[in-house]
Amino acid sequence: MRQEIAKILSNEEISKDIYKMEIECGLAQEAKPGQFIEITVPPFFLRRPISISEIKENTIVIIYKILGEGTKKMTEMSGDLDIFGPLGHGFEIENKDHVVLVGGGVGVPPLFQTAKEYLKNGTNVDVVLGFNDKETIFYEEEFKALGCHVYIATMDGSYGSKGTVINAIEDNQIKTDFVCSCGPLPMLKAVQNTFEAGYISLEARMACGMGACMGCVVKDQEGHSLRVCKDGPVFPIGKVVL
Amino acid sequence: MDISVKLPGLNLKNPIIPASGCFGFGKEFAELYDLSLLGGIAIKSATPKERFGNPTPRIAETPMGMLNAIGLQNKGVDSIIENELPFLANYDTEIMANVAGATEEDYIEVIKKLNDQPVIKAYELNISCPNVKHGGIGLGTNPELAARITKMAKEAATKPVYVKLSPNVTDIVSIAKAVEEAGADGIVLINTLMGMRINLKTGKPLLANLTGGLSGPAIKPVAIRMVYQVSQSVNIPVIGVGGITCAEDVLEFLNAGASAVEVGAQNFVDPYVCPKIIEELPKVLEKYGYSSIEEAVGKAWK
Repeated sequence: MRQEIAKILSNEEISKDIYKMEIECGLAQEAKPGQFIEITVPPFFLRRPISISEIKENTIVIIYKILGEGTKKMTEMSGDLDIFGPLGHGFEIENKDHVVLVGGGVGVPPLFQTAKEYLKNGTNVDVVLGFNDKETIFYEEEFKALGCHVYIATMDGSYGSKGTVINAIEDNQIKTDFVCSCGPLPMLKAVQNTFEAGYISLEARMACGMGACMGCVVKDQEGHSLRVCKDGPVFPIGKVVL
Repeated sequence: MDISVKLPGLNLKNPIIPASGCFGFGKEFAELYDLSLLGGIAIKSATPKERFGNPTPRIAETPMGMLNAIGLQNKGVDSIIENELPFLANYDTEIMANVAGATEEDYIEVIKKLNDQPVIKAYELNISCPNVKHGGIGLGTNPELAARITKMAKEAATKPVYVKLSPNVTDIVSIAKAVEEAGADGIVLINTLMGMRINLKTGKPLLANLTGGLSGPAIKPVAIRMVYQVSQSVNIPVIGVGGITCAEDVLEFLNAGASAVEVGAQNFVDPYVCPKIIEELPKVLEKYGYSSIEEAVGKAWK
């Protein structure tokens, strides 16, 4: 965990309203799959929490969607970037023969490094990605290039299975006892109801990003509070009340 | 330059104190720097029992600031004594316990439990939280009620009592004078300003609690004005808080009449802001011709 002035190497649109930014930074050496960074976006006050998509030797890649004024401003940024991280608990890489990664929309990015790490361990990786429509799909080819089996669902049926990631899992008769998932809340609820083992990664409005402000809390099954930023964002399936 | 400040119960090696609610109990920031660098720490509010706080979303960004509606989430005073204070005892910094509750009795219960804790050097009576339905701001916006809880706290406390006041009032001076007369050892100014944001997609308030407390640089002029008014009207020290981001801001508060300051929301933006300010402060004082903190305090009205 450190604050540093990093360097933006590239910042380009890869799908409708979806941008990919490669950042040269020291914290690349500490980062783990599923962790995130907080980015200063002048003139906005609070940092933006963005998940780390890929970790290389001296760079990290983030993929973000224009969701508001801050992320819109990010698309214009170049040169220096004030970042803080890596933050939170990411995806534990467990010893498995087979894992299914389930991502929805802007929840897809942290699964990329997770896929890389599992493949490195010799695990078979199936990837199921859900998007609104054909126009908003990204990273299908990138996951394939890693060596994953990739299945796509679109809500409007314009590409792959029609409906949600759960429809795509059923259509393709994907069987698993272990999933890692990140995406919108309704998708995570469906994943948590369908699968018994694995991990889900949550999104939240955050301020500090490091566990001090209690802005992003959720409750576990026993009613205790957990901080998405510090205790998560990745939690074991079944731990958090969604 | 010596920038130490001596206040009732608090021997601050410098006048910089992270504000309550913006620093937890220090554990997270201790991963970044040595907490002994700090003048003091105002730890997160303690209530008699655990409080989960308000539903989420609890955070909304605003121009040059933010709204929060955390709602005094904490594990309760017994858990804080057991799980948080031993860690803080490892550091050479002055700990101020922020005390909150839903009733007057709650405040007294927390104070009585903390009286035996040597790591706590003073109390900060939180009668100004805008995010709870009972206690909090209800006590801090009425001079009689503010004086009454201050008097009760002073009778129960074995350490100095600072009262943290709300800016959501018509006449801050009358409330400050009332708590001074009731025996307060110092005043902390200001807590957050009550605000709201609407989500344009839904047309509804963005925060689940509807309203939240505004903090950050946006509120600094309000805080400066209130410190200026109150510090001239009372004979007890004032700790200034509201929108501080740099050593120049600290000097502005000193000039307005503050004897020390608390740094709040900026800790979320720049986690190293407090040590940075501590390093810069002597240089900034020197730049503006001061050879001590004392010379700068209250210059705006002296």
